[in-house]
Amino acid sequence: MCLSMPARIVSIVGSKAEVSVGGTIFKAGLQLVENVKVGDYILLHAGFAIQKISEKEAAETLQILKEMNDSLSK
Amino acid sequence: MKYIDEYRAKDLIMKLEDQIRKSARRDYTFMEVCGGHTSAIHRFGIPYLLPDNIKLISGPGCPVCVTGTDFIDKAIAYSKMEEITVTTFGDLMRVPGSVTSLEKVKAKGADIRIVLSGLEALEIAKINSHRKVIFLGIGFETTAPGTAVTIKQAETDGINNFFVLSAHKVMPPAMEAIVKDGVNLDGFICPGHVAAITGSDAFNFIAEKYNLGCVVSGFEPTDILLSILMLIEQVNRNTPKVEIQYGRVVTVKGNVIAQKHLSEIFEPCDAKWRGFGVIPLSGLKLRKDFEMYDAENNIPLKITYQEDNELCICGKILRGLKTPAECPLFAKNCFPENPAGACMVSNEGACNTWYKYNINE
Ligand code: SF4
Repeated sequence: MCLSMPARIVSIVGSKAEVSVGGTIFKAGLQLVENVKVGDYILLHAGFAIQKISEKEAAETLQILKEMNDSLSK
Repeated sequence: MKYIDEYRAKDLIMKLEDQIRKSARRDYTFMEVCGGHTSAIHRFGIPYLLPDNIKLISGPGCPVCVTGTDFIDKAIAYSKMEEITVTTFGDLMRVPGSVTSLEKVKAKGADIRIVLSGLEALEIAKINSHRKVIFLGIGFETTAPGTAVTIKQAETDGINNFFVLSAHKVMPPAMEAIVKDGVNLDGFICPGHVAAITGSDAFNFIAEKYNLGCVVSGFEPTDILLSILMLIEQVNRNTPKVEIQYGRVVTVKGNVIAQKHLSEIFEPCDAKWRGFGVIPLSGLKLRKDFEMYDAENNIPLKITYQEDNELCICGKILRGLKTPAECPLFAKNCFPENPAGACMVSNEGACNTWYKYNINE
């Protein structure tokens, strides 16, 4: 139950959103996040969006991985 | 899927595996605190990617597993009362209480309903205004804000037949209890979704007070491997600190809105954890202003507790002292379909995960 999934916001009505996890639609309460809009990715947990996913940070983590070279801990 | 597939890329996994092998120059033991990590680690076969000198042990971060038998017994007792509907996340249904489980009493006619969120439970209360609807609040900092929002919503909507039986808990005190227990650790893989709410700052005291590295990790294989690598580097350099690997979701300060909801509705209390006993200030109870939504406060209950199955070693597993294979009942008298203990029930439970992915380990 502690699982949380990245989900894309498909529609927003008031504090309720419909979000898509790989095509499956779930309801998500938006009370815990601010400044979210359709198309944003959020982390869905037990019926609530608990955090907006940062596109920039996501790209940075991947960049670190891609650039990782053997200089580390030599 | 975005934010999933790219973190499962095989070439990156191999690169990390290679880097970990190069960096690991002694024995290391790290604890993954979160049950979601335990599940991911075994699902992706991470133990097979790691060299022998790196050991991962599971911790107390499966909310279903640490929920005490007494809580299940209370929920069952409520569900047997005429005027009560119990609502719960599905995971709790099969957890054995001291005598029976929610699933079994439901089969006998108790009004127990599975919900995906607190708000769904509140809807049930609205539609069934003649019944008292109790929501079983379990889960850590990740889940508790949702319960807080639900209670606020009940207040806004003027609903007075909705109650919460709270077993919500907070993670850092349990991590401290593990360290104080003397479990031999070189660092923590910290729970990413708890930290999404609390911020990585919540773990600072572990690094400062106990000189243990803490890396807040995501849940995909590259996330976990990178976190392990970061912990190895911390140990090698003798620079224990809190680092965030899961930057796409976790910040230093966390989700301030969620924290505000949490502290408005809940206050810390001592709480019982399966295996640990009572850990000071590790639970969340409703504040005085919201007591009208507290099930125990409003609907009196009398039950006598019985002892847990004494052969089940869930408690020791949750404290990092034993592995599932050391349990005499594992895969003999205890299976996911017929669990003898809580750790076999939840998808995030160590016994369940071991059973599913590597029974022979
Ligand atoms: S295998 Fe079953 S009985 Fe043994 S510790 Fe795990 S849950 Fe408990």
